[in-house]
Amino acid sequence: MSSIARTERLPAGMWPTRFIKNEAITGYGLISPAVFLMLVLLAYPFVLAVWISLTNRVLGEPGKFIWFDNFLKLLQDTFFQQTVFNSFIYTISTVFLKLSLGLILALLLNQEFRHRNLVRGALLLPWIVPTSLSVLTWLWMFDSLFSVVNYLLLGSGIISRKIPWLGDPFWAMVSVIIVNTWRGLPFFGVSILAGLMTIPRSLYEAAETDGAHGFQKFWHITLPLLQPVIAVVVLFSTIWTFADFQIVYILTHGGPLNATQIFATMAYDVALVAGRIGEGSAISLFLFPALLIVIILMLRYLRRD
Amino acid sequence: MRRKHLRIIKRIFGLYLPLAAFLFFALFPFYWMLLSSFKSNPELYNLRAKRLWIKSPTLEQFHELFKKTAVLRWLGNSFFVSFLTSLISMTFGIMAGYSLARLKFPGAEAFGLATFITYLVPTTLIFIPLASVVQSLRLTNTIWALVATYPTFLIPFCTWMLIAYFKSIPKDMEECAMIDGCSRIGAMIRIVIPMAIPGIVFSGMFSFTLSWNEFVYALTFISDTTHKTMSVAVPTELIRGDAYFWGELMAASLIGSVPVALLYSFFMDYFVSGLTAGALKG
Repeated sequence: MSSIARTERLPAGMWPTRFIKNEAITGYGLISPAVFLMLVLLAYPFVLAVWISLTNRVLGEPGKFIWFDNFLKLLQDTFFQQTVFNSFIYTISTVFLKLSLGLILALLLNQEFRHRNLVRGALLLPWIVPTSLSVLTWLWMFDSLFSVVNYLLLGSGIISRKIPWLGDPFWAMVSVIIVNTWRGLPFFGVSILAGLMTIPRSLYEAAETDGAHGFQKFWHITLPLLQPVIAVVVLFSTIWTFADFQIVYILTHGGPLNATQIFATMAYDVALVAGRIGEGSAISLFLFPALLIVIILMLRYLRRD
Repeated sequence: MRRKHLRIIKRIFGLYLPLAAFLFFALFPFYWMLLSSFKSNPELYNLRAKRLWIKSPTLEQFHELFKKTAVLRWLGNSFFVSFLTSLISMTFGIMAGYSLARLKFPGAEAFGLATFITYLVPTTLIFIPLASVVQSLRLTNTIWALVATYPTFLIPFCTWMLIAYFKSIPKDMEECAMIDGCSRIGAMIRIVIPMAIPGIVFSGMFSFTLSWNEFVYALTFISDTTHKTMSVAVPTELIRGDAYFWGELMAASLIGSVPVALLYSFFMDYFVSGLTAGALKG
């Protein structure tokens, strides 16, 4: 089939010009519906977000233009400072946990064993199932009276006293970190596994003949070759986690005492519960610098390939 | 003989035990969800009972759920929104993806880049102004608010995914068809799309899952019980104040999780290959 096609292919100069002329029109035509929708429902809201954040709009009133007052006020607000701090703790610790556990998981799954596909599928489940519903299950598992996590930990003798999972500022942060790691780990594991599978076996064999042992092979071959995959996965996860909403909203609602409040949940509370839309918009926009950094790093990585 | 023992021990500690730990961590919440939804209330709240097993399984929780709530309606809403938005996004995604993968026109590269960037924009960055856009379109509190807004994160995903797929299909076939008198669009529909079916199935499935699981927009734009989708209705309608009906909550969570889990188990190979392709291509 393709050999026939090749012989019938016209030399470049004889290529019918109507195709070339049409190409641009067809091209623009085909992307226009997508572009239109993105302009109306993504680009315009973004511009609107910037505009609203510069006003003192509240629910039901358009508000006045107040320059950067919302941002300046927020930066001095201790609640907001804690939100910034929490967001960083949440993002850094979960991305670190997901990456290190994901790496271990991928190395395990890269070995040959029976029912490997089934195991891989089962491990992906936390990532597939609606997060709001699985987080409800975690809420029930962390229940102050009936916590099955405590039941398991007490029963196996790991702890001797109940842990107040969602009731204590420190443990509440630990809880949301555990749940976020639980949800995001499959993505790391499977993506890194895909990276592992592309590493040619001959590299390891060559290293073995040079006398390299297990850890040396991992450090000098596996890790450097995984670097592009790891970079992409970490960047993706960083922006998703930084802008995360559901896990915290359902599990702790930012509490207790604001201990788990992060950007998105605070923006929701301020704009839609308290009705201070201008201020809420400003909080959301604090996600933008993070997004920008991720985009720049990601583009740099893609260019390199 | 000793060598063989050593190998078995290595296999147990280097593979089976850690893998079992990961499986336990990943799956225990689902086991707990399943268990809780088939227990009766006395058994559910009995701290002296064997908690990791059911003594007398019952459908009581499901009965109560169907009697007291509009769970069927929420399921219907979820299906409607997810199906429609995936269809819209796949259509627009195929068009844009083909255009950006194949056609040469000024700005094509910039659009490709823009697709990728919009794919990264989190919904929580723009949900507040989007609420007022939705309101001025008079869509607040209707399911159409979701039908209109979900494609904003689905189209970039589908387009990005499909650009990669279309690029992997050799150009010769469609050029041949075009010389035989097929138009560009004709060649796209008859030649390229059938060859890109795996990519299209994957992006459709994934769009469906993303819509089904979406939370922030659905929570923001819809407050009417009858128009909610599963992912928002269960945590907002079944928890009233301080009263948690855990049996019903778990039964509802189970019902809301099963459709995507089923979809996923049927198409698992597509899913894994698509996911990894996405991660590798970035």
